[in-house]
Amino acid sequence: MTHQIIIAGFGGQGIMLMGQLLAYAGMLEGKNVSWLPSYGPEMRGGTANCNVIISDEPVASPIVTEATAVMVMNRPSLDRFEGAVMRGGLLLVNSSLIDKKASRDDIEVCYIPANEIADQLGNSRVANMVMLGSYIAKTGAVSPAFVIESLRKALGPSKEHFITLNEEALKRGAECVKECVRR
Amino acid sequence: MSKVLMKGNEAIAEAAIQAGCRYFFGYPITPQNEIPAYMAKRLPEVGGCFIQAESEVSAINMVYGAAGAGARVMTSSSSPGISLKQEGLSYIAGAELPCVVVNMVRGGPGLGGIQPAQSDYFQATKGGGHGDYHLVVLAPSTIQEAVDLVMEGFDIADQYRNPVMILGDGMLGQMMEPVEFRPLSSKRELPLKTWATTGYTGDRPRNIINSLFIDPQALEEHVKRIYQKYEEIKKNEVKVECYNCEDAEIIVAAYGTTARIVKSVIQKAKREGINVGLIRPITLWPFPTSTFEEWAQREHVKAFMSVEMSMGQMVEDVRLSVNGRKPVYFYGRTGGMVPEPNAILSEIKKVIGGVSR
Repeated sequence: MTHQIIIAGFGGQGIMLMGQLLAYAGMLEGKNVSWLPSYGPEMRGGTANCNVIISDEPVASPIVTEATAVMVMNRPSLDRFEGAVMRGGLLLVNSSLIDKKASRDDIEVCYIPANEIADQLGNSRVANMVMLGSYIAKTGAVSPAFVIESLRKALGPSKEHFITLNEEALKRGAECVKECVRR
Repeated sequence: MSKVLMKGNEAIAEAAIQAGCRYFFGYPITPQNEIPAYMAKRLPEVGGCFIQAESEVSAINMVYGAAGAGARVMTSSSSPGISLKQEGLSYIAGAELPCVVVNMVRGGPGLGGIQPAQSDYFQATKGGGHGDYHLVVLAPSTIQEAVDLVMEGFDIADQYRNPVMILGDGMLGQMMEPVEFRPLSSKRELPLKTWATTGYTGDRPRNIINSLFIDPQALEEHVKRIYQKYEEIKKNEVKVECYNCEDAEIIVAAYGTTARIVKSVIQKAKREGINVGLIRPITLWPFPTSTFEEWAQREHVKAFMSVEMSMGQMVEDVRLSVNGRKPVYFYGRTGGMVPEPNAILSEIKKVIGGVSR
């Protein structure tokens, strides 16, 4: 099994971190992984995206051209990456910030109100973790426990108190996809 | 030791430190900035020295100095910065000093762009600066391979007293993969650095680090001796990977990250019933000429195609090696554009259609 993932959104939404957590968790599970960021003159508020591959096989090209799943956190990302989902693949749309519906009917689309859920949790910055929770629940690409372990490493001991919040965000994201329907 | 997830640039820097590199002199440029940043943080922890020089020219001359004193030393840059280092590299090669230089190539010419490219192949493999000389050029395809080659690169540099270049690209520098820092599988007998200028105390002849030979006869002798060394390097140090070449109708030549994309293409082609092979030079200099010669003689190989992130540079060495035995084609993107698997595959199909007719 090979998960070929594209994550895209605004700089500052935690796009790169989402990808790194996925890659890290995949590595902890003993999979072959790669993480490739876009690295143009990116800045907060600009666009950011990354490609993640989690595979049982060694990773050949780290570039994802036909994605098994795409997560889009803002409107320009939907326009740009909807076409990159492979036929039968998964598209996760942050419906809090994207008022448009996806136009393809040969893929599965889930609308996740990531920012609204994050706000309910009291911190809009965990919207990325909500989205990640949805993705993991939907695909089983990695286990949530390994994502939390990865986050622990990424945040360091000084930010240990954020772990519970992030765990909650993953969980709420996972609950969202229960209602997701195949189009 | 367990694996860690690291950016290519950071992994290269850590590999250098684990290989005993204690001096790093550099000047910032995208997409390799994580190397000096990592070195600035790590070198003081291990008793080393990091200096951000005022320019690439001074950075490479600091490398010249530290290498002359017998230290393990490294610098890194990306294409425009590497151009600035060429004078120093020529001096270092002329003075026969070991060092490691990393080039995380970006699109050119000029300031170009910051996206990945392979358009510095000529500069890296044909000398780059003035005079008769070569760098040993290592082209990793994965971050693990980058780590291993950096470590071995320091040994190669010391063994032959010659600068070694790690030729990557922006993609390899920026991406993350799991890596393991492991001891080298091959242990080399490294010569003592008796030539190093470590301070004269009277217990050995005076050492002079020099690349100036006013007498042309002396200079010719000096260069010829360096070239004897190059023959040794050609004999001992060629590294190459052959992938799926048995029964291949067409063999693609690609190195570095492009070779990874080609591997994806090969798997794709296989599903369509097309047998494509890959020869991936790991050392770009010395070039794996004999590997190409061997496969060019096989009946089942109809053609070769070099795929590069350039307008066609390595293809010249492929042509020299294949030496007219089979046709050699080229496909490339440049300026920071990365060749797409589908585009490569359709080029392959075009070539196969042409040669089997």
